[in-house]
Amino acid sequence: MNDQWTDRLSDYLDGELNAAERAELEEHLSGCSECSAVLEQLRQVVARAQSLEDRAPESDLWSGVAERIGAVSSVSDLDEHRRRKHERLSERRFTISLPQLVAASVALMVLSAGSAWIVSRSGSAASEGVTPTAANGAGLVADAPAQLATSYDAAVLQLERILEESRSRLDTVTVRIIEENLLIVDRAIAQAQRALAMDPASIYLQEHLAATKRQKLEFLRQAALMAGAVS
Amino acid sequence: MIGTDEADEITQDVFVRVWEKLGSFRGEAAFGTWLHRVAINVILGRRKQLGIRRERFVDGEKAIGKLSSNPKGAETAIDFEAAMELLPDGAQQVFVLHDVEGYKHGEIAEIMGITSGTSKSQLHRARMILRDYLDR
Repeated sequence: MNDQWTDRLSDYLDGELNAAERAELEEHLSGCSECSAVLEQLRQVVARAQSLEDRAPESDLWSGVAERIGAVSSVSDLDEHRRRKHERLSERRFTISLPQLVAASVALMVLSAGSAWIVSRSGSAASEGVTPTAANGAGLVADAPAQLATSYDAAVLQLERILEESRSRLDTVTVRIIEENLLIVDRAIAQAQRALAMDPASIYLQEHLAATKRQKLEFLRQAALMAGAVS
Repeated sequence: MIGTDEADEITQDVFVRVWEKLGSFRGEAAFGTWLHRVAINVILGRRKQLGIRRERFVDGEKAIGKLSSNPKGAETAIDFEAAMELLPDGAQQVFVLHDVEGYKHGEIAEIMGITSGTSKSQLHRARMILRDYLDR
């Protein structure tokens, strides 16, 4: 066994060597039983690592997190959050128009990459004869305040639907991270809405709710972009 | 390494930190990459706090050297997961991110602030150590 060769066995195993290096190493392996044995052990190490399963926390961690970020629990647990989301999606499975999505995006200051992604992903544009341009985009911005709440909900639903459909393309860890973070944001929104219901004139609460909603939209947009990137 | 109670507590710390820093996420890296970076910073911060205690019980990088011989059937033999816990920090993080979580070297480099080359060499180091601790 030679360090010159063994040091490259992991790279070989991971497909990190170029064709020439791979051929050179394979030639060595064919005549070196010791290096071949090490390679097999490294394979087993990788297989063993991949077979490790995530361990769930001993107890529900949300209450501790909620307490520290000042959120109040409105949804009892993650399963409940999933169930409600599925119900929402199945009840209101519709496709909103491209202008609505653009309006929501522009009004909520997430135009940058989000609109480009929405435009590229929306299959309804062609069938509805809608062509997004700077001109109609600007017009939509002017109408945005009146449509804001509806457009926001619709944009969120649309992104959630796309994310749900892309779910199988994401790895389990990523899906879990997304769901846990959405749960946190949803609870913060619910808390802000309750506070605003008690004090509707509060500018601070209005801004806080809008900021939290923007955060959710941006998070969904990022998650959907990520899902699109792996598709 | 840390116990289950501390793991739960640190997990909470991670999500609180993520919540606090969510506004600073600019989408320059994948969200998972960003989140892991935050998580690693939280974990390393906590480890610093626990440093003295950890040295007392585990003795950090030296531990795996002491256990480098793991003869079959020996009473002192440790299993694969226990050996993972005793890996030197850098090698352990790269091994978990690459072989357990499935991240690529480029992503790990970004998460940990190291080069891809360092990530590769740390991974190989971890795997070479862990060969001796495969389940028997």
